Amino acid sequence: MADIISKLSMYMGYSFVRYALIVGVLIALCSSLLGVTLVLKRFSFIGDGLSHVAFGAMAIAAILKFTNQMIFILPVTIFCAIILLLGSQERKIKGDAAVAMISVGSLAIGYMLMNRFSTSANVSGDVCSSLFGSTSILTLSRFDVILSCVLSVAVVLLFIFFYNKIFAVTFDEGFAKATGVKANVYNLLVAIVIAVIIVLAMNLVGSLLISALVIFPALSAMRVFKSFRSVTICSAIFSVICALLGILISVVAGTPVGSTIVIVDIAGFAVFYLTGLIGGKIK
Amino acid sequence: MSELECRNLTLGYDSKIVISNLNFKVESGNYLCIIGENGSGKSTLMKTILGLRPAISGEIIFGDGMKKNEIGYLPQQTVVQKDFPASVQEIVISGCLGKSGLSPFYSKKEKATAVKNMERMNILPLSGRCYRELSGGQQQRVLLARALCATDRMLLLDEPVAGLDPKVTVEMYNLIKELNSNGTTIIMISHDIVSALKYATHILHIGNDVFFGTKEEYLASSDSLILAGGEQNG
Repeated sequence: MADIISKLSMYMGYSFVRYALIVGVLIALCSSLLGVTLVLKRFSFIGDGLSHVAFGAMAIAAILKFTNQMIFILPVTIFCAIILLLGSQERKIKGDAAVAMISVGSLAIGYMLMNRFSTSANVSGDVCSSLFGSTSILTLSRFDVILSCVLSVAVVLLFIFFYNKIFAVTFDEGFAKATGVKANVYNLLVAIVIAVIIVLAMNLVGSLLISALVIFPALSAMRVFKSFRSVTICSAIFSVICALLGILISVVAGTPVGSTIVIVDIAGFAVFYLTGLIGGKIK
Repeated sequence: MSELECRNLTLGYDSKIVISNLNFKVESGNYLCIIGENGSGKSTLMKTILGLRPAISGEIIFGDGMKKNEIGYLPQQTVVQKDFPASVQEIVISGCLGKSGLSPFYSKKEKATAVKNMERMNILPLSGRCYRELSGGQQQRVLLARALCATDRMLLLDEPVAGLDPKVTVEMYNLIKELNSNGTTIIMISHDIVSALKYATHILHIGNDVFFGTKEEYLASSDSLILAGGEQNG
């Protein structure tokens, strides 16, 4: 035990570990906040879909040799998020099919571009690390950290400010619209925010594992808690603790960061699931 | 001036016309039942009145100082709501949102409105309970209380008794009648013609033959003979 603590304190001396912890916790917090809404709206897979869009955009940005890829990736992802989330009831291609289409399409385009035009010698390694985020969180620059902080604060403030509206629109969009709540504005807001979170989160867990950050905290909290407020608060706390534990474990044990966080999430879900079962029986 | 008037309303979707040239008026304190077969456009009409979808032609006029957002709405339950983690209080108070503008939190007045309407619907003791654990009848009361938070001037009810057992159905009808007696205008979509004739003051029957008029006129017309069968004789 003392061994682990001394090892941890040694790693804490490195700025890249501190950066990883800060950004990891912030992303976990943001994604869990909107996770509840997305899971309830049956958009669990939007994280996956949009992260593939971001992957495709990243491939294009790499080929065009943008020095700051964020500037290209963010608008493209926001655009796709808006297409997916806005007016999803009216469209011919329904939510899950649209998500699947965009997801697979941009994954294919992204990989094709990387394969054909990449200047790097190790293409499959590049693809692997952008999909699974194996190292990128440990190579964050100071600018990345500041950008993540600013965006996360914005997300949290927006969420708190529009919490009641987001609840109303999630629970019953028709009623909200009928009584004069501008539901489409809030849907747009959620779409933009989720796109921002996903672009941020790609640095942490990579494209493939972002869904886990969105889904697990919300589903775990819903096992145990009964009101929207308590579910939201619980999933935020759950997500932050899992991200923290996951990053620390991966630093000490040398495991891939993204997978470690998700495995901690799975373990957390199991605990909440059992708690829910036992709690339900006592009642 | 009527609270709500539909003039030459033509409705439909994907260029397919469901209802054409519909005319009717709802006065303050009326209890209007909209009846008709499946697919006759009842829900489309309701969504158009609520402003959720545009009409192909014609107009909906709000009068008597009534505004578009002053309609409370009791929708049919959606799949999403079946396992939605929310407390009764959270749902009821969300009815106040349409009027609260950009303010991020609920005011004291809005909280008091929510409590008052939960009391009216006899669900105050349930206020901390989880919505998905309630019975069908209790859930309808929650949604009704939410609609009353939005307004108690006019309520649109979309098949409020669907899926309820007979005893709860009668309770629900009585509750709605009571609201109506206290001055709330009721517009209700219903399959249940017998109850519609029992409680409503006006009937709008849509389908191949369109009828609009008071209950008495409807009973005297030929439409009711086909639909209600021997009901009026028996």
